[in-house]
Amino acid sequence: MRRVDSELAQQDSISRLRHDFDLDRRNFFKLLGGGMVVGIAAPHALSQESGARRRRGDDMPNTLDSWLHIGEDGQVTVFTGKVEMGQNIRTSLAQEVAEELRVPVDTVHLLMGDTDLTPYDMGTFGSRTTPQMGTQLRKVAASAREVLIQMAAERWNGTARDPIAENGKIRDPKTGRTITYAQLTHGQKLLKVVLADAPVTPADRWKIAGTAVPKKDGRDFVTGAHKYTSDLILPGMLHGKVIRPSAFHARLVSCDTSPVEKVPGAVAVHDGDFVAVAAPDKADAERAASLVRAQWDAPEQPSDRELFPYLKSHPVEATGFEGNEQYVTGSVEQARTQAVKVLEGTYTVAYIAHTPLEPRAAVAAWKDGKLTVWTGTQRPFAVRDELAGAFHLPEDSVRVIVPDTGSAYGGKHTGECAVEAARLAKAAGKPVKLVWSRAEEFTWAYFRPAGVIDVKSGAKADGTLVFWEYDNYNSGPAAMHTPYEVPNQRIAFHPADTPLRQGSYRSLAAAANHFARESHMDELSQALNIDPLEFRMKNLKDDRLRAVYEAAADKFGWGKTKSTPTRGFGLAGGFEKGGYIATCAEVAIDRDEVAVVRVVQAFDCGAVVNPQGLKNQISGAIVQGLGGAMFEAIHFDNGKILNPYLADYRVPRFSDAPQIEVVLVDRKDQKSMGAGETPLTGIAPAVANAIFNASGIRLRSMPLVPNGMKA
Amino acid sequence: MVFTLLVNGAQSRVDAPENESLLYVLRDHLQLTGTKYGCGEGQCGACTVLLDGTPVRSCRIQARAVAGKKITTIEGLERGGELDPVQQAFLEAEAFQCGYCTPGMILSAAALLDHTPNPTHEQIIQHMDGNICRCGTYPRIVEAVERAAELKRKTKHATG
Repeated sequence: MRRVDSELAQQDSISRLRHDFDLDRRNFFKLLGGGMVVGIAAPHALSQESGARRRRGDDMPNTLDSWLHIGEDGQVTVFTGKVEMGQNIRTSLAQEVAEELRVPVDTVHLLMGDTDLTPYDMGTFGSRTTPQMGTQLRKVAASAREVLIQMAAERWNGTARDPIAENGKIRDPKTGRTITYAQLTHGQKLLKVVLADAPVTPADRWKIAGTAVPKKDGRDFVTGAHKYTSDLILPGMLHGKVIRPSAFHARLVSCDTSPVEKVPGAVAVHDGDFVAVAAPDKADAERAASLVRAQWDAPEQPSDRELFPYLKSHPVEATGFEGNEQYVTGSVEQARTQAVKVLEGTYTVAYIAHTPLEPRAAVAAWKDGKLTVWTGTQRPFAVRDELAGAFHLPEDSVRVIVPDTGSAYGGKHTGECAVEAARLAKAAGKPVKLVWSRAEEFTWAYFRPAGVIDVKSGAKADGTLVFWEYDNYNSGPAAMHTPYEVPNQRIAFHPADTPLRQGSYRSLAAAANHFARESHMDELSQALNIDPLEFRMKNLKDDRLRAVYEAAADKFGWGKTKSTPTRGFGLAGGFEKGGYIATCAEVAIDRDEVAVVRVVQAFDCGAVVNPQGLKNQISGAIVQGLGGAMFEAIHFDNGKILNPYLADYRVPRFSDAPQIEVVLVDRKDQKSMGAGETPLTGIAPAVANAIFNASGIRLRSMPLVPNGMKA
Repeated sequence: MVFTLLVNGAQSRVDAPENESLLYVLRDHLQLTGTKYGCGEGQCGACTVLLDGTPVRSCRIQARAVAGKKITTIEGLERGGELDPVQQAFLEAEAFQCGYCTPGMILSAAALLDHTPNPTHEQIIQHMDGNICRCGTYPRIVEAVERAAELKRKTKHATG
């Protein structure tokens, strides 16, 4: 099976940035009230706007990159196609806009993830919100600020010298007179399209960005008032339930939906291999589904027992980013003779499930041939296209709206739940809500790819790395390159025919590649009898990575406590998606039981936008990463998932969480980068190395200890 | 079938299928959507409500079986627009990320503090272990529960 949602998307987000804006200006102001819209456009687009290709006089320009609205009440609304699912970007992006616009942060509101109202966006993934959307919104806000300054200067008939923007006002420094943004935009319906050339504020002068602004709408999360997709209730809405195949790749042989008529108000859909029901009540929908008689025919399929040999023996030829990838420098063959210590190791990772606590959910409603779907997805525009394709509709007949979502972790890129709800709603002639059950989420979503990684390495007696050979089968190429200095390298990614549907997962393959590389580095340091930190530093030039290693080791007290058979210490580090990470872990082993008791993680993602939110992401990533490191694994046999329940698929709980200390290395001189993913990559190898440090047992498979220290 | 539930201090008449769970009666019939579906297995705690003060998994309970009992959902914690100390503490500690587990966490914590006003770190972890936060916010949630205990002590002290 092809990778559903490849890493390609992560690398290609600039391919379609501009939005075809069909909402006309009158409607826009009707939605928001009067005031001023400031949009930024690429230079060529701006010249088109003033030229012959301009559309109706009242239209929004059709090639705006982004825009914001300043209301007559001084409230600011920012439009972005990004979505909030717990990573706290509703807050951090508002901070960046408030910073540049010089307004209080509580006057900035984000309208997110609505395909009718927000600029096109490829999706919320790849740790791109902060470096890309943050930068873009800072530019539009800075441009808007300059427009406001200009407007004030005109209002004062040019008598003010160098007026400045501050706290929602423009001030004339000479006379002290001020005019608020609300006064400037009052009674207006202005559209200003500008080039994004206004200077943005350097991080060392930030006053709002860089501070611990509390989470936007935080109160709604503690009162239960926030409406997730699964909480939406439309008038006359039915509840849907899909009848799932008996196994993956099964075909429907026969189907009888007629018993569904026994349930009052229930409807059944049987269209190709899609069989589903909807009923006015959740319990009625479940009952109706149980009455459907469907027979399936499934092909023979591999099981998890044969997974790793299967992946190595079933290569696929692929092109582009998904494709076979190889990087060579120097000559590994020639370098072998220079190495005093040569080492080989094979590392494996299991399929794991994202297990977002809010399962996939969608509410679909048809009206006059137009389809609106509320759904928790990371890619609203891609889901819109998926829906348009499925129902043969033009894009502008489909609207996707993403309420702030109950997490995703890379697992909600696709729109199958949205399509299913829309099919049911179309057949029922009523709005339909579909919320996947936990078992469906465990079975019919997609998984973090499993993989096999072979590493061969060699070093001189003094610990200098000489060669590095690295073959990753199926897990993925993210963070596959070593940050250490090695003159002779061969690094390759080999895509495979995968028995299970697989796709994006928080940090992608970076977790697996960090596990293999940092475990192997540890093994090499043992073989050379050099301290693991010293060995890494000896082969490391990158200053920022060195700095996080030093910060983590210092806080942890690396090397200060001697290991015992029941207590071990391990470390790991790396670089990915603009973030530098170093993790130190302490484990306690009590007979067969392994507990991670303490973790210190240092992280550098450039200038910190919100330290409170960032620490939450980092600490959370450590805990989540602990699951894949220690015990999470999907088991399957012949097209069926064997553990599709939380009772059988263990995720981290309170009692699994170690004491966590996060060290933020705030680099105000560096561009702010994303932080949702890379903080998850250090924990597995740090724990594996700590287990070795205590027990002398080298574990090379994730999960490391699904049954404790028992084999 | 028709029955009456006592939810957040008010009698509510419900007409629901006989086997409808308390979770879906609360969510779909009473529109109290703060109580979440997470697994339907009683494993995650997202659907936690208080039944006569005891935390229960509403996904595993038939609604009509608890007619007459005192049911408290997240919507019932606020008093006159003022947050309960546990809600306040979660907000102050920012003990959530996506927030989906938060109502269940808060109700579990509220039940703990009602019985154990000064819980130890271990007692908090043991009591809360049935609630899952997939965003991994556990350390902050423990901190929030400790903070809530402190807030409750202060409130008690202030009101005598």
